[in-house]
Amino acid sequence: MSGPAFQTAGTGFFPRDSLDFSAGRISEETPPTTGKGPSEQSTEPDELPGLYIHIPFCLRKCAYCGFYSITDLSLIPAYRSALRREMALYRGWAASFDTLYIGGGTPSVLPEEDLEGLIADIRTAFTIAAGAEITVEANPADITEGLLASLRRSGVNRLNIGVQSFDDDSLALLGRRHTALQAIGAIQQVRDTGFVNIGLDLIYGLPSSPAGGANGDMMPHRVPICTEADRNFATWLATLDTAIGLDPDHLSCYQLTLEEKTPLAKRCRLGELILPGESRQADFFLRTAQILEESGYRHYEVSNFARPGRESRHNRKYWSHVPYLGLGPAAHSFSGRERRWNRSSVDAYIGDLESGREPVESREILNDEQLRLEALFLGFRTRRGICLETFKIRYGRDLLADKRDMIVRLSGEGLLEIRDGFLRPTRAGMAVADSLALI
Amino acid sequence: MDSIRNFSIIAHIDHGKSTLADRLIQYTGIVEDRDFQDQILDNMDIERERGITIKSQVVSLPYCAKDGRSYTLNLIDTPGHVDFTYEVSRSLASCEGVLLVIDAAQGVQAQTLANLYLAMEHDLAIIPVINKIDLPSADVERVIEQIDSELGLDPDTHLKCSAKAGIGIEEVLEAIVARIPPPKGDPAAPLAALIFDAKYDSFRGTVIHCRIFDGTVKAGDIIRLVYNNATHRVEEVGHFLLQRQKLESLSAGDVGYIIAGVKTVSDVRTGDTITLENRPCPKPLPGFKEVKPVVFASIYPIASDDYTDLADSLDKFKLNDASFVYEKDSSAALGQGFRCGFLGLLHLDIVQERLEREYDLSIILSVPSVRYRFTLKDGTVLFVDNPTHYPEPMSIIKSEEPYIRAAMMLPERYLGAVMKLCMEKRGVNSTLNYPSPGRAELVYEVPLAEVIFDFYDRFKSVTQGYGSFDYDLIDYRESSLALLDILVNGEKVDALSQIVHRERARARGLQACERLKEEIPRQMFKIAIQGVIGGEIISRTTISAFRKDVIAKCYGGDISRKRKLLEKQKKGKKRMKMIGNVSIPQSAFLAVLKSDTE
Repeated sequence: MSGPAFQTAGTGFFPRDSLDFSAGRISEETPPTTGKGPSEQSTEPDELPGLYIHIPFCLRKCAYCGFYSITDLSLIPAYRSALRREMALYRGWAASFDTLYIGGGTPSVLPEEDLEGLIADIRTAFTIAAGAEITVEANPADITEGLLASLRRSGVNRLNIGVQSFDDDSLALLGRRHTALQAIGAIQQVRDTGFVNIGLDLIYGLPSSPAGGANGDMMPHRVPICTEADRNFATWLATLDTAIGLDPDHLSCYQLTLEEKTPLAKRCRLGELILPGESRQADFFLRTAQILEESGYRHYEVSNFARPGRESRHNRKYWSHVPYLGLGPAAHSFSGRERRWNRSSVDAYIGDLESGREPVESREILNDEQLRLEALFLGFRTRRGICLETFKIRYGRDLLADKRDMIVRLSGEGLLEIRDGFLRPTRAGMAVADSLALI
Repeated sequence: MDSIRNFSIIAHIDHGKSTLADRLIQYTGIVEDRDFQDQILDNMDIERERGITIKSQVVSLPYCAKDGRSYTLNLIDTPGHVDFTYEVSRSLASCEGVLLVIDAAQGVQAQTLANLYLAMEHDLAIIPVINKIDLPSADVERVIEQIDSELGLDPDTHLKCSAKAGIGIEEVLEAIVARIPPPKGDPAAPLAALIFDAKYDSFRGTVIHCRIFDGTVKAGDIIRLVYNNATHRVEEVGHFLLQRQKLESLSAGDVGYIIAGVKTVSDVRTGDTITLENRPCPKPLPGFKEVKPVVFASIYPIASDDYTDLADSLDKFKLNDASFVYEKDSSAALGQGFRCGFLGLLHLDIVQERLEREYDLSIILSVPSVRYRFTLKDGTVLFVDNPTHYPEPMSIIKSEEPYIRAAMMLPERYLGAVMKLCMEKRGVNSTLNYPSPGRAELVYEVPLAEVIFDFYDRFKSVTQGYGSFDYDLIDYRESSLALLDILVNGEKVDALSQIVHRERARARGLQACERLKEEIPRQMFKIAIQGVIGGEIISRTTISAFRKDVIAKCYGGDISRKRKLLEKQKKGKKRMKMIGNVSIPQSAFLAVLKSDTE
């Protein structure tokens, strides 16, 4: 087997010095090795790294959410000062970034001056390239004229709004703190302020009450009874319809995944609610993709749809092994070979930085096989698919030669197609991307 | 010789044989209490877990009896399953008496009888021991009654004990001394020693376990193994005190071991006679027979790269299991492998588990088969134990399959259900006895292939666990046979082929399809499974494709978490065999033999 090309100098997809990362105290005298990041010469010119900032605060926890956040807003000042320290640690990590994504948690719960100040801190510590995509996530309930104005002042050019549903019962089930009407109003307001790149997050495949029939497969022409599950599906189609009517540039439609220890997971475990079956979930997925594509959105990743040219540039980096720096509690960073993630507890995060330590929970150096597996499962999640030639060079495997029989078979089944040197999943293929990655 | 007693413990499964052995060993103090563990004679993990004895064991117990004299009590522990009947018979041939252990609550069971008959064949002194007398459900009076009526033994000769609670152990030891006769034999006569087992030791080679009937053997002697006429120089002799202990010599009446530079256990045969090269005994000891496997299956590595490892492991495994035979084999669907012979399904199960556990191999076993006999037009007689070698149907003039005599003991209320089962399994020539009121002894002649095919589980199920079962091979009988092939997505999987009785072919084909449907996980495309006989599709089923498996959110940069999930799945997939484009799990190959037990 020939080694993946990123081990040799010159091909330049991955930073050569990315293996130099090591944990430890940072001394004043010597510049920290941790400060090193992908240098300009080893990164393709059009593939600048991305920067992610995690805001770990929420006004309240949603019933489905397993991500790390706290509701004690009094920690905001200490968090911001810790974040500044962390920025200082990684000041030399990259010459510049061409995407900035502020996510959470709920970034919009930060007071306007904090959000503005935080973005100013970022611009002081790092170079954000001209024309960079700068995204902030917001809860519809938090959207005010003031917030929008401050975001505009800070150069934020993309707003991702956590709508989740346009059905009030569904919002209540999810434990959201806004109504459908509030969301519609907020979106209108955002547009009126002059934001031209608006994204909405939606969730489908919610659990429903077991009453009225199993939440199983649809039998459209055979069973005249409308079950809870059918109503559930209809509710989703209505949400989708409302969303399309609001004409956002980007839509993320996530299938609900039950996260352990969340209130919703508990209710399902107790049998109060049941999730749609696998076949029904496939219906949700395929129908959603069909409807959105017919409305002019490109289904460019399993859960993501965009008007042409409005794909999230930041997320794309995650899916194609482009380096990214993640700051804040629980944030992940990747530098070509190494992935590390921060302590998720805000207290621990602040504590580490106050004592001059990197707030890193753990790190791993990916071996060739791991990189290969990631490239496969991430690639099969995207409509673009996997560039066979690039895969051969970067990951040292000729997919077409190794898996020809299987690829032919899956193409015959309408799950994969080879076009212009790309092995790409069809819509049905995207639905089974995990299995495709294991062929 | 007067101070030696050679004995064995025989019992129905779970009647407490191993526990009684444990207590006798503890009582005589050859092992410190802190070093003691339950089932001390069962060394293998698999023996402890399943509560069975697979290999025989010997231990020499020093015992000072009430008569003031010191005795050596040689306990020869025997395997307890029908698959190992011959090994048991050789161990018994090395004894003068047995303890026949009977559970006070369960009473006499099929293997109690079968073991008693074996002991009687060898003319052994029999001491009935009623065990577990402390159980609330114990019914000692009923068992005493059964000893008289069902076993035909003098009921006054019984002992009562509870091995678990340590009650009555000394009485058992005293009875061994008083009632089992000392061995006979002449230490000055030419050497005649019976091999009843052999174990492989990686430093010393084969350790032969034997009973000396006549003569004496010591280090430096040249011995001859009568069956294969091979000679070896004796390096060491000794006896067993849980560990091997070297002795100057072994002579008539002793039970012990001989190490003589024998490379593998396959070079010695259980039941063979050892004598001296320069002074041979006039004739070998009686009872020798070559053990023949009755169940055959092929073993393939899941990853074809592991073939060499598998070959090495089988080599090593064979060193210690003379009844396991194998030769090279290859399958169109599964690649290079080995055709193996086993004493029965339990033996097969044990070999599979030990290969996976002790040699860390992932293997696939093909559908087990018995050995059929075909007479062809040109007069050739062909034994076929591998469906792949099924002869051209037009050339066959006679097909025969092996039959067994199945002896079953059961409460009479289950008779109807069991008879129905036996008839379904093509049983013939039944006889029925009532050894005691309410208890039936049912004997059927049944094709061996039907017994392999889930008979035992079904029998246990219809008798709700109260029935017991034992069998002997009897002969070959003419039978109408056919080759059932299985196609997975149109591709023949030869390791799933079976030779079946023609009348049952359709049902068997359906069952195989249904089982496979349960065992093969859904995949990205539809899988068609078909049963085919002579080009005709007799059964079919499909496994529909799954349509969605992708996790919706690959949140932020946390790709590691998702990758770890997939790595786990990938590992699971490695334990499946890719045939064509379909991943077939290990379990599917054995499952085709199982039917609905409902």
